[in-house]
Parts: sequence; C-alpha cells; structure tokens
Amino acid sequence: MLKDKDRIFQNLYNDMGSDISSSQKRGDWVNTKELTDKGRDWIINEIKSSQLRGRGGAGFPTGLKWSFAPKEIGSRPHYLVINGDESEPGTCKDRDILRFEPHKLIEGCLIASYAVQAHVCYIYIRGEYFVDGQKLQAAIDEAYEKKLIGKNAAGTGWDLDIYIHYGAGAYICGEETALLESIEGKKGQPRLKPPFPALIGLYGCPTIINNVETIAVVPTILRRGGEWFASLGREKNTGTKIFCISGNVNNPCNVEEEMNIPLKELIEVHAGGVIGGWDNLQAVIPGGSSMPLIPKEKCETLTMDFDSLMAEKSGLGTAGIVVINKDQDIIKCMARIARFYKHESCGQCTPCREGSGWMWRMLERMAKGEATKDEIDMLGDVTNQIAGHTICAFGEGSSWPVQGLLRHFKKEIEDRNNLSPIHEKKNNIPYLVDQHLLDKKNA
Amino acid sequence: MSLRKPAKDQPETFEFNSSSLDAAKTIVSKYPSDKQQSAVMALLYIAQKQNNNWIPLAAMKYIAKFLEMPYIKVYEVATFYTMYNLSPVGNYFVQVCTTTPCMIRGANKLVEACKEKISENESELSSDKSCSWMEVECLGACVNAPMMQINDDYYEDLDKEKTLVILDQILEGKTPKPGSYRGRINNEPENNRKTLLDLKNA
Repeated sequence: MLKDKDRIFQNLYNDMGSDISSSQKRGDWVNTKELTDKGRDWIINEIKSSQLRGRGGAGFPTGLKWSFAPKEIGSRPHYLVINGDESEPGTCKDRDILRFEPHKLIEGCLIASYAVQAHVCYIYIRGEYFVDGQKLQAAIDEAYEKKLIGKNAAGTGWDLDIYIHYGAGAYICGEETALLESIEGKKGQPRLKPPFPALIGLYGCPTIINNVETIAVVPTILRRGGEWFASLGREKNTGTKIFCISGNVNNPCNVEEEMNIPLKELIEVHAGGVIGGWDNLQAVIPGGSSMPLIPKEKCETLTMDFDSLMAEKSGLGTAGIVVINKDQDIIKCMARIARFYKHESCGQCTPCREGSGWMWRMLERMAKGEATKDEIDMLGDVTNQIAGHTICAFGEGSSWPVQGLLRHFKKEIEDRNNLSPIHEKKNNIPYLVDQHLLDKKNA
Repeated sequence: MSLRKPAKDQPETFEFNSSSLDAAKTIVSKYPSDKQQSAVMALLYIAQKQNNNWIPLAAMKYIAKFLEMPYIKVYEVATFYTMYNLSPVGNYFVQVCTTTPCMIRGANKLVEACKEKISENESELSSDKSCSWMEVECLGACVNAPMMQINDDYYEDLDKEKTLVILDQILEGKTPKPGSYRGRINNEPENNRKTLLDLKNA
C-alpha cells in the first residue's frame, strides 16, 4: 500500500479543513515563487520527466500537451481551461478536490498558467456541483485577498485571473471542444479536430485544457521532483491516482493509491470487499461507464493502470470503478448505461444520435428476453457503426460498454433471448422497417 | 438526446430584479468585453433562481436583449442543457439519480418513495404545488449511492425510509440537512479506513 507521506491529497476526507491556513500547513503556496523562478522550460521538463498523464480519461501526457502552446504570445491571448465537468458514471474524484483541496488546484492553475503563458484561467464546473463550486469560489476569493492570484500573483510577477464557469447538466461538455463551445455561450457540441485547441481554442485563441486532478497534482510534483512521481507506479503509468470505488462493495469510497495497484487490493482492502464475498463478484467496470467491463476471472490478477487495462481491451478512463455482483442483472445494468448515453448524446452526428437510442432499445428488450437471436449480432453491428464514425469520442464511449457486454456475456444474452429469427416465425414486428427484406430468401 | 419543450402557460413579461441585475453584471465582467455571449448560461441560471426554479420564454427574450444576441441562440442553449427547467417544478425540485452505480445500490426505492409522497409521475407538481421530482442521469456522487439532489444540495447514502423522512420535511416547507444520511464523513470508507490515519487521530 502507498505510504501516507506519498499521498498528494492529504485532505481527501476533510480531516483538516480546506481554508488557506490549513492548506499552507500541508505545504501549498509555500514556495510558489521559487518554482516559477526556475522558468517555463524547467517546469515543462519536470512534468515531462514525471511522465504525468492526464487524469480526465484519455491519459494524454501533460508535459507534451503544455509544450504545444505557442512559445511567444502573439496577437491573441492564451487561455488555460480546467475541466471540472465530472459526469462519467462511477466517478466523483474532482468533487473532493474542489471542496477539500481547492488551494492545490488554484496553485496548480497559477503554475500551469505561467508555463503556458495564460493570464486568464476558466474553471468549468458541472452545474450540479453548485455547492462545491461555491467552496472553490470562497478559496479563490481567499487567494485574491492574500495576493496569491491577481496582479503579480504570489510574487511571481505573473498576472492571473481565475473565473468559474458553471455548466448546466450536459455530460458532453466534458469533451474538451464541447466545453469550449459551452464557455462561449453556445450549445455544447464538439468541434472537429484539427485545429487543436492548443492553437485555436477558446474564442479562437491558443488554449490548454486539463482535468482538475491533473492540475492539482502539479505543485506537489514540482516540489518533490518529477523523479519522485516517476518512481511510483510503473514506466509510463506513474504516480498516484484517486480511485472511486462504487457499486456492490461493503465500503464504497474514494482513495488515493499508486498506479498499477492490483484491482483486487483496491476492492478487498480499501472498499471492504464485494457484498456477498469475492466469489459473488460478477464483473467490474474499471474506469467509468465508457470503459468495457471486465469479467470476474480477469479481476483476480488485473492491475489498474492505463496500459495494462488497454491490454485487456478496456481502459483506466477516470478510474471510477463500479463493482457489480451476482445479485445484479448484468444486461439490465448495461441497458441503463445505454440509456445514459442515449440521453446525453448531443445530437450532432447521426450515427451517435440514432445509434445510442437504438442500442438502448435493443438492450432493454434483451434484458426482458424479448429479442430474437439475430438481434445480438445486429447489436454488435450497430456499435461498430457508431464507434469511429463521429466527431468526438462519445461514439466510442457509448458503444464500448455494449461491446464489452457482447464480448464477455454473450452467452447470458443468448440464453435469455432464444426466439427464432423473424423470417422463420413470420412474426410481424412493426419496428423493423426492412421487414420485407427478411421475408425474401437470401435477402 | 432528451426531448425538452417549454411550458404551455407562459407569463407575458420578465425582468431581472435589482439583485439579479447586479449578479448579471458581475458575471458579464468575467468575460472579454466583446464576448458577453459567454454569460448566457449563468444568466439563464440567475433567471431560473429568480423565477421560482423555472425559465419562461419571456426570460430568454429578456436575456437575448440584455446580451445583444439573437433570441434563437438563447433558446438553443436553454433547450440543450437539462438543468434549465422550461416548466414549473415547485419550490423543492427533487432529482433522483438512477444511473447504473446508483441503480445497483437501490435507487428504484428512492423513486418509489417519490411516487408515494410527491406525485405518481415524474415532472408533475405535488398536490400543494410545492415540489416535483424527476429521474436524472449521474450526479457524480457515485460512492455515496443512492443519492438525490434537492435544489442545490446533495442527500447521500439513502434508503427508502430515509428518503420518506426527507420528503416529509420538504412537504412541510422545511429544508433538511444535506450530506450523508448514514453518518459517514464525506467519501471515506465507512469504519474501514486504512489511509491517512495519523491525520485523523492527530
């Protein structure tokens, strides 16, 4: 288990209070000026050598992202945008940072803004977290009062203003370009990339977008050194991560642990075990609802990091672990996730808008045992028609969980849905528009 | 996508009161001077707060004039985001999370409680018109499941009995205490803490 002194978020459970004086006791804001005095290149290189990867789901190397910002400020100002639109089912880590460790985030904003030469930083928080956003706002006000941000922030000679922008209940705004559209006061529909936001982002200006957790760990990495961070976890999957363990466990919780920790240790030690014992485990969603589920057999030996989950055809995502035990109907669980994606599709691309509802309706029927055998393959077909055919990654996010279900639980679906295909039974099912094709042989 | 329609009965006019006006001006000043359209989301939210938890069409027109932007752009935003209520929802607006992590911990019991206490169907005002409920997608408090949100506050670690007690309180016009209803502190593993122990005992 990770040693307590190596945990970055010492106040994860709010034992000490989140105000500025207690944050300073934990080491925030102590020598911010010394860090920035070492220069932009040093900061970016230190983050590169720490091998920090973005904590928002995609796992893009943070140092590399920062180095994409133009070296000189041209005619357009630079912006830093913090993504706090945490809406992935199973994930609730950013909320704890916003309410209990706001000064880690604010100090991280200052250092990151300095590194990418931004004078304005917007923190986008989902609208439902209004109360937690108010706590962050109080911390920002405190920081302004102590001259830690504003003109000549914390004595670094850099001017920085931080503003909170609240969302209003759209999951898709967690996608970086949709988030920019939302800050610009439009519908949150993703933009085509390229151009990438690092060159043309908010208001058409160079913009760096990072997750709350990514930015909040930056000051600690710089203080203790990139090498310290890289010594935790394993090559290319370094450092610590807040894991959210929810679902059918005895003690659901958030916990900060080392990358590459065994999944079984997280569940058994920190979350108090699966309800009904380890043998009652059915499957685990390892990284928020978008990531394909992992069946019990593989959970025994699985370690939690970006690359080892990728090897299992899943992903670490946001590290929101949802444990599903054998008391649950796995098809129904996935049907509910499909309903989530149907509700949250922004409606811009046809494959996603129509396909997400289609998947949901099929899965609902499959949960009830009303589907025919051939529909199981059709469902797989639909997922392939969505993934990769949309502007943003929502297409993949909505079809991967269904593909995971088909990969690991096809037998359950087949056992429940053993109706013969329509052309044998001559059933007249009105929802099939191409019914006439099935009536013909070899159609 | 979700289907969202404005209410049939709409008030004729809408105007910000003085405190809303002050709040709106502060919001507009956060954005670059020629980018005031950015403030539209926050202004819709202010209008919703002022107008008893919902946004009439007149408010959208008012905000469009206020920010010098086309009315249809405001309408687009108001109908896209699900937190803007386009019809009356009552003083206490109950949102029950029923996405998978909450579902597998028994969110349907919370829905049952709402049906018993508030109204048979979702998005329907209670008989005294003081509250309504609806099912929503993930509210981002999955380790505290099942949970619900009443106006701005989160009520966590619930079951049916606890929900009935909370709903009784709001029907009497009281605001219950937010947070965990199993007495646990924030997101810590209940009675099973293995980390950051020095700090807890210090």
